[in-house]
Amino acid sequence: MCLAIPAKIISIKNDSAVVDISGNFREINICLIENPKIGEYVLLHAGFAIERVDTELAKELYDYNLKKIE
Amino acid sequence: MNRIKDIYPEKLLQKHIKNIHQLTELMDNRTIHLMEVCGTHTMSVYRHGIKQVLPKSIHLLSGPGCPVCVTPTEIIDAVIELTNIPNVILTTFGDIIKVPGSKTNLRKLKGQGAEIHIVYSSLDALEYARKYPNKKIVFIGVGFETTAPTIAATILLAEKENIRNYYVLSAHKVIPPAMRALVEDKEIQIDGFICPGHVSSITGAKIYEFLAKEYHIPCVVAGFESLDILLAIEMLIRQIYEKRALVEVQYNRSVSWNGNQKAQLVLEQVFEPMDDNWRGFGVIPRSGLKLKSNYSQFDAFKKFSIKLIESQQPTACICGDILRGMKLPDECKLYRRICTPENPIGPCMVSSEGACAAFYKYENIELSGRVPTII
Repeated sequence: MCLAIPAKIISIKNDSAVVDISGNFREINICLIENPKIGEYVLLHAGFAIERVDTELAKELYDYNLKKIE
Repeated sequence: MNRIKDIYPEKLLQKHIKNIHQLTELMDNRTIHLMEVCGTHTMSVYRHGIKQVLPKSIHLLSGPGCPVCVTPTEIIDAVIELTNIPNVILTTFGDIIKVPGSKTNLRKLKGQGAEIHIVYSSLDALEYARKYPNKKIVFIGVGFETTAPTIAATILLAEKENIRNYYVLSAHKVIPPAMRALVEDKEIQIDGFICPGHVSSITGAKIYEFLAKEYHIPCVVAGFESLDILLAIEMLIRQIYEKRALVEVQYNRSVSWNGNQKAQLVLEQVFEPMDDNWRGFGVIPRSGLKLKSNYSQFDAFKKFSIKLIESQQPTACICGDILRGMKLPDECKLYRRICTPENPIGPCMVSSEGACAAFYKYENIELSGRVPTII
């Protein structure tokens, strides 16, 4: 299953982090992420952060395409 | 577009739909077969009504990227055998419990009192092991490269804490060998791949390079929103029009060329490739994952001397053809008549991401665009 959802890191303690998933808070394992930082977004899958989400690129995708229509 | 309200504005989506139509017209509307490999993409395609808005000449095929769907019956039978062993607690992801074995399934056994627990994460299974030191906790590891690193990380944690009653039955598989098997299959025509999103977050887009270089097939790694999928299809059609074959990443906010190298290292530390049996394909070389010998103390196959016994039961279930994109669900004799989400006969209906489950759920908005896929 490719299901993974974006989650924002709120706090970090060793390999655990508390994340905000659209208002829901969960404790997850971040051992698969290199140098995770508070405020970063990660993809959450089966209790682990599996990769970062680049919010700049996410925003760019939306803005770039909107500009092309105008 | 008659579909669920989208997070992207209609104008934006219509722009890319128009681009796809224009490119297809420039190619005289010749038939183009694109395969979405991943089960989550199959669901997204149906949920967003993508097939309805594409030109009729673009055929979207669903591929074998549904780990539950490709798990063969003998694995389910082996798991069922474990329920006969005293003091064993089975832990598994949810979908597995409804998959039919040769005689029964885990859900029925659970209803009859067997110790089977559904978990969201392998970490939950490890917690059972800590909580019940006199029980043997077996975790059923199903999933591709997205999931396997998480199972590997849990094994490393168990090793660190010297937990001795935690075992993993690895039925994990990897995607690229199955993609090679698909392009080598003379019965299937694939002109481009919509590549998995989250598998690629872990592995990087580099794993698809062989498809572009050796087979000249365009590949685009796609996200899961409507805009992601439309953009990816546009990128594929553009490559086909320009007669190029490259690996491109549409889902660049979460996928890089090299992927998550830390997760890859964790996976490679614990698992190694092996030849493995896929429902619908038979044995594909180096397509499965097994625990390395230095982690054999966590290997359920070794601990319980599990033997896999292939079952050859005649059945009208055509899940195998559906997984290779050769048939659509409603071409199956059992579909809807006997095989439904409440009473699934095959795993394509069991899994929440199976092609049959997706088709069943969204069938009433499948207006046009459904075409037979056999060449």
